[in-house]
Amino acid sequence: MTDNIKTEIRDAKEIDERAEMNAEAQAAADKASAYEHGWSSDIEQEFAEKGLNEDTVRFISAKKEEPEWMLEWRLKAFRIWQEMESPDWAKLDIPMIDYQDAYYYAEPKKKPELDSLDDVDPEILRVYEKLGIPIAEQEVLAGVKGARKVAVDAVFDSVSVATTFREELEAAGVIFRSISEAIREYPDLVRKYLGKVVPVKDNYFAALNCAVFSDGTFVYVPEGVRCPMELSTYFRINAENTGQFERTLIVADKGAYVSYLEGCTAPQRDENQLHAAVVELVALDDAEIKYSTVQNWYPGDENGKGGIYNFVTKRGLCQGKNSKISWTQVETGSAITWKYPSCVLNGENSVGEFYSVALTNNYQQADTGTKMIHNGKGSRSTIISKGISAGKSDNTYRGLVRVGPAAENVRNFTQCDSLLLGDTCGAHTVPYIEVKNPTAQIEHEATTSKISDDQMFYAQQRGLDEEEAVSLIVNGFAKEVLKELPMEFAVEAQKLLAISLEGSVG
Amino acid sequence: MLKIENLHATVGDTEILKGLSLEINVGEVHAIMGPNGAGKSTLAYVLGGRDGYEVTSGSATFNGQDILDMDPHERAALGLFLGFQYPVEIPGVSNLQFLRESLNSQRKSRDEEPLSGGEFIKLAKEKAALLKMDMEMLKRAVNVGFSGGEKKRNEMVQMGILNPELAILDETDSGLDIDALRTVGSGINAIMRDEKKAVLLITHYQRLLDEVQPDYVHVLAKGRIVKTGGPELALQLEEQGYEAVAA
Repeated sequence: MTDNIKTEIRDAKEIDERAEMNAEAQAAADKASAYEHGWSSDIEQEFAEKGLNEDTVRFISAKKEEPEWMLEWRLKAFRIWQEMESPDWAKLDIPMIDYQDAYYYAEPKKKPELDSLDDVDPEILRVYEKLGIPIAEQEVLAGVKGARKVAVDAVFDSVSVATTFREELEAAGVIFRSISEAIREYPDLVRKYLGKVVPVKDNYFAALNCAVFSDGTFVYVPEGVRCPMELSTYFRINAENTGQFERTLIVADKGAYVSYLEGCTAPQRDENQLHAAVVELVALDDAEIKYSTVQNWYPGDENGKGGIYNFVTKRGLCQGKNSKISWTQVETGSAITWKYPSCVLNGENSVGEFYSVALTNNYQQADTGTKMIHNGKGSRSTIISKGISAGKSDNTYRGLVRVGPAAENVRNFTQCDSLLLGDTCGAHTVPYIEVKNPTAQIEHEATTSKISDDQMFYAQQRGLDEEEAVSLIVNGFAKEVLKELPMEFAVEAQKLLAISLEGSVG
Repeated sequence: MLKIENLHATVGDTEILKGLSLEINVGEVHAIMGPNGAGKSTLAYVLGGRDGYEVTSGSATFNGQDILDMDPHERAALGLFLGFQYPVEIPGVSNLQFLRESLNSQRKSRDEEPLSGGEFIKLAKEKAALLKMDMEMLKRAVNVGFSGGEKKRNEMVQMGILNPELAILDETDSGLDIDALRTVGSGINAIMRDEKKAVLLITHYQRLLDEVQPDYVHVLAKGRIVKTGGPELALQLEEQGYEAVAA
C-alpha cells in the first residue's frame, strides 16, 4: 500500500448494538399497527398445481406461450437450482421453506384486456384503490386531465394486467411491456440481456426465479431517448401460498434516461409467502437509470406470525462509459428481507448510487445493503443507508465495496446510519471493503443513535402528539434518502414510515 | 390564568419541588430567580408535562383546567409555551416544517382550520423579521448548526408563530450578547405584552428584566417560593445575592 491510499474506515468491523432507550418505548413495541393493506380480494385464480418440478416449469412456460429457447433456459435454471443450497450467511433467522408446499403460478381467471384500463376487472381496480396507489397514479388511473404522466404496469399475482400510456411511449421508441409479452414480441432483445447481469447460477433465489418467474417488466429505451414519463410497476401477492417471482429487465441504450418506480404490497395472510424477484439493469454509454422501490409487503403480525419472505436479487450493470445507475429503496415491509441492489461499474467514469431506508418493527428481519463493484477507471459510487429498528426487530446493513486491480482513481463514499426505537431491537452494520488498486479513495462513516427524550419532549411541547413526533424525527433521519425519490412517491414514503411505526412508542 | 398550589414533584427518587405555590394572572409578567438547583427548570418541565417529572401532590390549573393529567401536546394546544434553556436539534427537519406541523396540530386540537402553506410562510416571515432572523435560517434543520444565541432567538420566533397565552421562558437570556438580548427582549414584549397573555421568566440576571419589566419577582429556593416582591427585588438580589435576600 502506498501513501496515495486514503482509506478512512472509521468503522470497518461489525457494530452490534442493542438499543438502550427507555422502558416505555420498549413496552410499546408489542402494540403493532394493523396492516393497512391486509385484505384479500375475491378474484378467481387459476393455479399451477402445488409443488415444484420440471412439469411446473413446463406449465408456466406453456401458459406464457414462450418460445423453446426460453423453456430450455428455465429448465436449465431449475436443474442448477436443485443442486444449490439456500444461503445462510446473512444475519437472518430463516425458517425452513418447503418449496413443494407452494403454488408457483396463479393468474386471475377473468383475464382482462391488456390494452385498456376500462376493461380491467373493477375488483382489481378496487384493489389498487385500497392499496393507496400514489396520487399521481390514481389520477392516471382515473384519467384526470393534466395529471403528471406515470406509466403503470400492474402485476397482479403473476400476470401483468395493464400497461398504460403504451402508445405515447411507443411514439418515443420506448418499449414498456410485461416480460412475457416482450419474450414473444422482442425475443432477440430480451435474449441478448436476460441473465447477463444476474447469471442463472448467481445465487439460490435467483436460480429459482429463472426457473419459475411468472411475469414482470421489460423496458428498453433506445439510443438518445429520454423516457417521457416515470415508469411504474405494482406488484401484489394475492393468493394464499403463492410465491411471486417477477423478473424485471431494463436496458438504457446509449445516452438514454429512464426513471422507474416499483411499489409492492401483499394482503395479510397467516401463512408466509415467498417472493423471489430478479431485477437486471443495463446502462450503455452515457445512459442513466434511476430505479426506485417502495416496498411494503405484509410484514407479519405483532407476534411475528405470517409475512412475506422477500429474497430479491437486484443488480445493475454500468456497461458503458459515463453511465449511471441509481438505486433508491424504502423498505418497510416483509417478515424477512434479503436484498442487495448492486452496481457493477465496468464503464469508465461510470457512477453507482445506493440510497436506502430500511425500517423494521415487531419481529421483522432485514439484511439489506449493496455491492459496488468497481472495474472501470474513474468509476465512483455513493452509498447512503438509513436503518430504523423498532420492536423486537433486527436490521442489518451489509455492503461490499470492491475495487478491481485495473480500476484507477476509484472513489467511494459510504454512510450508514442506524436509528433505534426501544431497547429490544438490533442494528448491525457489516461493511466489506476490498481494494486491489492503490489509487482508490474509500470513505466509510457509520453512526448509531436513538430518538432522545429531549427531542420527543421538545416536539411534543410544540404541539405534536407522540406518534407525530416520532414520525417527524424518523422522517428527518431518512431525509437524505427520501429526497432522492420522485416527489409524489416521497410523500407516500413519508406516510408509509409513519404507518409502519404506529404503536412503536407509547 | 395559571394557578399552582402546594406542588410537590420528584425526579427519580429526589423531591425537587416541595410545596410550590404561584398564581399568574393575565396581563402579568412574572420572574423567577433563584440559585442553581433550586428547581427552576424542574418547574418548567413539570408544567410542560415532561416524562420523568412526577407530581406527587398539589395542583396546577391553566384557565381553570387541571393540566397535570394532560399530555404535553394537549397543554401546548391550550396555549402553554416553553422556551427551552437548551433548545434541541432535530436533524433533517426544517424549522418551517417543524413549526407548520406543530401549529397545525395545535389548531386541529382546537378545532381550527389548518393554515395553508402560503398563510404559514407569511406568518413565519413576519415573526422572523420581528426577531431579526434570516428566513434562510428557518429553512435549515431545527437548531442544527445554530450558535447558542441563534437557538435562543429561534425559540422566540417559534413563540411568535405559535402565539401562546402563557410563555414560560427558561433562561432565554443565557448565551445572548448585548444586542441579541435587546432583540429578544423587545421580541418578548411585542409577542407577549398583551392583556390576554402572561409570561413567566426564569432567569439568573437582572439584564433581561431591564428589557422585559416584570410585575412580580419571586425567589425560588429549595423547591419553594421563599420571597415575592416587585421589580426592586431583582435589583436587591443582584446586589446582595440569594443567600442574604432569601434567608
